[in-house]
Amino acid sequence: MIKNRTAQGYLLNTVVIAVLLIGFAFFKGALGGGGEFKLIIVPSIWQCCYLIILAASLNLSLGFLGQLSLGHCGFMAVGAYAAALLSLAAERAGVFEDKSGTAFLLVLAGCIIAAGILAAIVGLLVGIPALRLKGDYLAIITLGFGMIIVNIINNLPFAGQEGLALGSASASLYKNGLGFGTALKVTYIWVAIAVTLVCLVMMFMFVRSKYGRAIRAIRDDEIAASASGINTSYYKTFTFAYSAFFAGVAGALYACANATLSTSSFAFANGGILNSTFVVVMVVLGGMGSLTGSIVAAVIMFLVNYQIKNGVWVQHLPAWLQNIFSFPMLVYAVILIIVIMFRPKGIFGSYELSLRNFFSDIKLQRQNRLAQKLESKEALRNG
Amino acid sequence: MAEERIPVLETRKLGITFGGLVAVSDFNIKVFRGELVGLIGPNGAGKTTVFNMLTGVYKPTEGSVLLEGEVLNGKKTHQFVAAGIARTFQNIRLFKQMTVLENVLAAFTKDIKYGMIETLFRTPKFWKTEKELKEKALDLLSIFHLEDKAEYVAANLPYGQQRKLEIARALATDMKLLLLDEPAAGMNPTETTELLECINAIRNRFGIAILLIEHDMSLVMNICERIQVIDYGITIAEGLPEEIAKNPKVIAAYLGQ
Repeated sequence: MIKNRTAQGYLLNTVVIAVLLIGFAFFKGALGGGGEFKLIIVPSIWQCCYLIILAASLNLSLGFLGQLSLGHCGFMAVGAYAAALLSLAAERAGVFEDKSGTAFLLVLAGCIIAAGILAAIVGLLVGIPALRLKGDYLAIITLGFGMIIVNIINNLPFAGQEGLALGSASASLYKNGLGFGTALKVTYIWVAIAVTLVCLVMMFMFVRSKYGRAIRAIRDDEIAASASGINTSYYKTFTFAYSAFFAGVAGALYACANATLSTSSFAFANGGILNSTFVVVMVVLGGMGSLTGSIVAAVIMFLVNYQIKNGVWVQHLPAWLQNIFSFPMLVYAVILIIVIMFRPKGIFGSYELSLRNFFSDIKLQRQNRLAQKLESKEALRNG
Repeated sequence: MAEERIPVLETRKLGITFGGLVAVSDFNIKVFRGELVGLIGPNGAGKTTVFNMLTGVYKPTEGSVLLEGEVLNGKKTHQFVAAGIARTFQNIRLFKQMTVLENVLAAFTKDIKYGMIETLFRTPKFWKTEKELKEKALDLLSIFHLEDKAEYVAANLPYGQQRKLEIARALATDMKLLLLDEPAAGMNPTETTELLECINAIRNRFGIAILLIEHDMSLVMNICERIQVIDYGITIAEGLPEEIAKNPKVIAAYLGQ
């Protein structure tokens, strides 16, 4: 029953990714970098990339570790500002004259990694005290920490409201720093895709190792986990910091994709696609404990968000329906209610979509369900 | 023979009070290697409290716990496990959403040597460790005839097999002393007999010491070599099963005077 088919699986995944990339290259060639491609598709892919990383990283702490954190966008804000400030500093030091040079790529890579590491450190500092709490209390305290982080950034002399968002600083972010204009977004679209792939691989590796087993054990039963020799507080804090790392990387991509940074876009009360509750919704929608589910859910939520705001078909709808669409949060709520009614565990549950053993998984799931039915029948008979 | 006399588990005047309530006091027990000792007592006598102190869940307010002569007081639960005390729970606590195999593998976590770098780069060391552990886990499951259910989700197992899986998981921590909290609770006679065989099998194979809480008197009298009886947190009798069965204090505690 148990076979080691990992090498085969890696090969299959690599082939699929290669095919997708080649297909994308053709697609790019066919559209020729024209208006629609440049102005709509490329920014959309950028946005999808950081949303995917964000949702998947929250899934590590929410779905696998079972700790509800409502301050995830705070870590993203840390990453975004760290990357932007670093790139501005590099610009002012005159490191990159031409945007296509290796120096630029190196600075870019450095900014992304530094953003992740800084966010991880902040995550560690938040996690050590916060993870002593459980459930609702943890949700409240992480919510508080998320707001505190955003407010601190807002009041920093070199970052917040008077730093990067307004005036000349924002212009310099757009022209010189990480804030990519449309042309640069097209040129460096592969950076976004590559970073997303690397992050996802890192998360998958983490989940499919002793770390993944330990944190899922903690989620299922913390007392039993510590009675099985698992150092629960260590694994909880480590996972929290690890997931904050990826939130920071997502923040760095966000800084690249946007010409200006403003703390209000990370704030909790923000009605847009980037607030911590929205990310939680993505994770729940995709299925807690399924990274592939988070990827799918992030793309779905992005598309819904985009269509509501920019879809052509919206204009053909009756006026009252259009009025609802001017409150996107209502639409998300309806989607969430529908999903919870029909698939309470999210689209994927805890199932990981895998091309390699898609069919054998279906068979196994059926077996499991059958066993569950038999068991409940037996329990009825005995009870 | 000299080191044989050092008990695997020894407690000295172990006691705990919750507020003003004395739950357990002056609890002394010695369990030697390969021994199977029973801990019995009426409901609410403090048996599970003793187990919780022996595993570091509760911090005893007085006395000390010694494992092979080493004092364990003040350590955390996972450190107790690392020192060599593993337990099962009265109400089964499995990792319900994980598979049977993963349940056992999770208990190996503390012995796994690879770190984050090996995990991210999937070095040969990582694969080797994972493969060895999988074999070890399947080997352990085969004692309990669970190896063909390795890929099942733990919550879907029948009750009796969930009990066995919990014991298998405890065994995976590579312990010297196994604490079983009412292993036969809620089992029918056939399942209880099977469990007895399993307990005997693991004793013969691993040569570990077992301390057992149980309400099923036939089971206790059958397999335990020594029995200790507590009531209201105080030890009222200890000795061989036959002596305990005749002890007037024990009969009074169970049936009233």
